[in-house]
Amino acid sequence: MSAGNVFAHLSDEALVALVARSDDDAFAELYDRYDRLAYGLARRILRDGALAEDAVQDAFLTIWRTAAKFNVERAPARVWILTLVHRRAVDLVRHHERRRTEQLPQREEKGDDGADETVWLRLQRDRVRDALRQLPDQQREAIELAYFGGFTQSELAERLGQPLGTIKSRMFSGLARLRELLDDATPEGDPWSGTTFTS
Amino acid sequence: MERDDIHELTAPYALDALDEHEVRAFEEHLRGCERCRDEVAMLRATAASLAHDAPAVAPPPELRSRILVTARAERGNVVPLRPRWAVPAAAAAAVAACAALGFGLWAATLDHTLGNREAALRSQARALAVAASPDARRIALTGGHGALVVTHDGRAALLLADLPEPGAGKVFEAWVVSGGSAAPAGVFSAKDRAAAVALERDVPAGAKVAVTIERAGGAQQPTSAPILSSGSAA
Repeated sequence: MSAGNVFAHLSDEALVALVARSDDDAFAELYDRYDRLAYGLARRILRDGALAEDAVQDAFLTIWRTAAKFNVERAPARVWILTLVHRRAVDLVRHHERRRTEQLPQREEKGDDGADETVWLRLQRDRVRDALRQLPDQQREAIELAYFGGFTQSELAERLGQPLGTIKSRMFSGLARLRELLDDATPEGDPWSGTTFTS
Repeated sequence: MERDDIHELTAPYALDALDEHEVRAFEEHLRGCERCRDEVAMLRATAASLAHDAPAVAPPPELRSRILVTARAERGNVVPLRPRWAVPAAAAAAVAACAALGFGLWAATLDHTLGNREAALRSQARALAVAASPDARRIALTGGHGALVVTHDGRAALLLADLPEPGAGKVFEAWVVSGGSAAPAGVFSAKDRAAAVALERDVPAGAKVAVTIERAGGAQQPTSAPILSSGSAA
């Protein structure tokens, strides 16, 4: 926890550079910045706490092992980290075939909703939620089933009774539109740079 | 996947909505297609924002300890000390015993707590290699059963039996004690009350090794009296 004070002024990218040199305090700080978001995402996909822990653990150990290969030219550290968590969670959900026995992913507006969120995370969530709501239904459906449901494009084509090409284009148009909506809703440049999420 | 179609896979790829074969084919394609690489980078950034739509949830604190302890145990730039082997009254010449008894116990050390079999197996392999080292010396313990084993260049391992139950949320932590200060040398747990631990720190001549019980994840300084300690390394 004390590491937070030492590293608070560093960007995620600077932390990753330290992690590449096996700095475990920097690694702990990076974990503390993303643990809630990563675990929340993995739980949404896997709907199982223990599996979600596995996904987060695997993703962070991949970060530890491959930080030296991280290329900031290609993506911000935030995107790299969330991509690793997402990919691992989707691998696990497919492996355990949880999707086939459970309902479609749905908006959960339950009481525990966001109980662990900082103000910053809450603002980000509102922003993404608003943008998603503004998407045409079919685009939102394709994106949500893929991203949160872990379905492949072929599974979605079958499930939704649409040609594969239609699914691909819904995903593409949806993401492109989402990008515009999110850009409009972002007042500052890189909202994460140097931000510390304290508890 | 037909050639014409492959450029259209940027969005499904960014959403992790391709199956394994498609991923492989598309990543192959990405190596040679700058346009798709740029598009993927842009779409991935948007897809990552979707993570915010999931309610943030604090994970159990044990997850943090597990990840950090595993990471430290794997760290390449620290030369870990390698174990050798002993069970209570086993003979000191341990290589054969190691081969015969080793696996169950090895898996019980350090890495087992982490639920990380891969790391445990790597540790075993390292440990067995060092166990074959002809220059390893045994040093007796006070307060516990087993031995400290140290090679001539200072690599060391603890081989322990009849360990107490540390209690819920607690682990054992090894310390290299020298010149009045204690340096952390690895966190571990026991299986069937035994453990074989490659220390993460060299044991120089004159130093001792001690073990305390600490909170999961370990401490930077001992917070309790040692449950056992070794004689001085030669």
